[in-house]
Amino acid sequence: MADVAFENVSKEFTGGTRAVDDLTLDIPDGEFLILVGPSGCGKTTALRLIAGLEKPTAGTIRIGADMVNGISPRDRDIAMVFQNYALYPHMTVWRNLAFGLKERRTPKREIDRRVGEISSILGLDELLKRRPAQLSGGQRQRVAMGRALVREPKAFLLDEPLSNLDAKLRVQMRAELKRLHQRLRITTVYVTHDQVEAMTLADRIVVMSGGKALQVGAPQEVYRRPDSLFVAGFIGSPAMNLLRGRADGSRVVAGDLAFSRPGGVPGGDVVVGIRPESLAPAADGRPSAELEVDLVEPLGEATLVHGTVAGTAVESGAEEEKEILTPRGARAQVTAIFAAADQPAPGDRVRVGVAPDRIYLFDLATGAAIW
Amino acid sequence: MTGRTAIASRGAARKERAERERGQFLFSRWHLILIPVAAVMLIPMVWMLVTSVQTLNETRHFPPDLLPHTVRLRNYTDVLRQAPFARWFVNTVIVTVVSVAGNLLFCSLAGYAFARIKFFGREIVFLAILATLMIPFQVVMIPTFIIVKDLGMINTLGALIVPNLAGAFGIFLLRQFFRTLPVELEEAARIDGASRLSVLFKIILPLSGPALATLAVITFLWTWNDFLWPLITISSANNMTLQLGLTTFQGTHQTSTNLLMAANVMSMLPVLLLFFLAQRYFIRGIATSGLKG
Repeated sequence: MADVAFENVSKEFTGGTRAVDDLTLDIPDGEFLILVGPSGCGKTTALRLIAGLEKPTAGTIRIGADMVNGISPRDRDIAMVFQNYALYPHMTVWRNLAFGLKERRTPKREIDRRVGEISSILGLDELLKRRPAQLSGGQRQRVAMGRALVREPKAFLLDEPLSNLDAKLRVQMRAELKRLHQRLRITTVYVTHDQVEAMTLADRIVVMSGGKALQVGAPQEVYRRPDSLFVAGFIGSPAMNLLRGRADGSRVVAGDLAFSRPGGVPGGDVVVGIRPESLAPAADGRPSAELEVDLVEPLGEATLVHGTVAGTAVESGAEEEKEILTPRGARAQVTAIFAAADQPAPGDRVRVGVAPDRIYLFDLATGAAIW
Repeated sequence: MTGRTAIASRGAARKERAERERGQFLFSRWHLILIPVAAVMLIPMVWMLVTSVQTLNETRHFPPDLLPHTVRLRNYTDVLRQAPFARWFVNTVIVTVVSVAGNLLFCSLAGYAFARIKFFGREIVFLAILATLMIPFQVVMIPTFIIVKDLGMINTLGALIVPNLAGAFGIFLLRQFFRTLPVELEEAARIDGASRLSVLFKIILPLSGPALATLAVITFLWTWNDFLWPLITISSANNMTLQLGLTTFQGTHQTSTNLLMAANVMSMLPVLLLFFLAQRYFIRGIATSGLKG
């Protein structure tokens, strides 16, 4: 086990695509770190850089005390789980698990012991004689993890390992992965575009966009205090509602939502961000807006309410924030999560309010958060 | 498997077999074309077989008899007595087996390099190799002869083997196949600690059975049937291959057609056997290459 570090690492592909752009990141020993971001943000390239499947064009990558830039994948002592599992189709599960140990000339008895141990941890004992084609998706996934863990690597790399599983299995395997990490405490770097996976699994998450790490922090911290409009829009499901607003020094107005901040707000164009879970039918003097409900999705305990409010919606994009005018003139699409008891009907007009301390403000021009 | 599904699948298998059997006796319109074409293709084979058991006089009969009056199996023993047929057979087997093995090994190595390893000039070199496929053998025959002669291998089996240990066709065929295998398998193996060679021999080749079989079958056929190259490099009867040896039955003044055909039948047996065993690889090879098969 070891820590992993990126020091000003860039990776430019032939043709000029800069997949990773001056990335600096320290991953302490035993941490579960998740790289999350939309497709093309560089997260998989970052992972492949650790594995040695790509070579950085600038900067230094360290695993433990060693600088590994010029070291081939086989000598880095890391293990990786691929999105499509990449099990060796012509080998039985047992041989798939033992392959890495055999290649490293581990003594036969040691191989038997370790394969036996990992197969019982992952519940693969019954499957050892089968070939990958005879396994279900979940079983293959487990074998792929076993193959990586059996070598007791310095670091464990996972590239969207759950994305090929059906929804139920995904939730199950997610919990299993977390349990496994709590038990083995191997430094883990995990790539996903699914922010629920990122929130639930990670010790820390790295939100990436355009090859850069936009924000690094514990999941709750990133959720509570997004640094930028992009992170705010990306983390959280359903996504944060973003409305264009105008600040005049003390008050902020966005459509018919108006509020003031105790510390004051620098004047100018801003984006007002409100998480769907912070919106509730307004009964008091909290800042509020009139929501015209157009779609209701009951989830059981809560209800997703979609509708429009007066104002202009903003969409957070990877590169620059662009304004999206909603089709119905100057109304913005928003989503709220109501308690089931408050379920409105489509066509209703509901006054929704939000606690002032749950409103986020961002600079429209730079996307930076204003606290 | 539970009892019920076992019965169900057995029932399904029986039904499927019944359908297949019924299908065999169905006469489709295609048979109107296929049967005459098959007959035309078979006539030379039958003629050869019949001639191989006739006396020399009978072979000169015109029009030729397609039904033998006598069955003179002595022709076969005569062939073995009159010429070092067994020697030729062994020579041919040696040349063919070594060429096939060489092609499998060297074309795998080269094909893998062209498919997966990035190196300077890869595309150019590969194109150059591909281009050699378009040069007829007759053009490079003399230069190759000179090289082989400088190597001191004229009139040895080495002359037949060494120039054919690897070929552009094999490199091309295997490269194309290797490129279809998922790259992640190799990456996984490399992370697991395998070297490039390990990846090739333990991951890639075991998954390339169909392509390797195709290459083996086609190389076998080319080498076994090759005539021109043995003709110009081999002069002593001891080092001849079957195809070359067969011509010795054709004299300047007289040809023992019956013996020639008996020898022919024997030399064709391994090829026929191979064809029955590996039909689908022949077809695939010809389909992928668009070359002579």
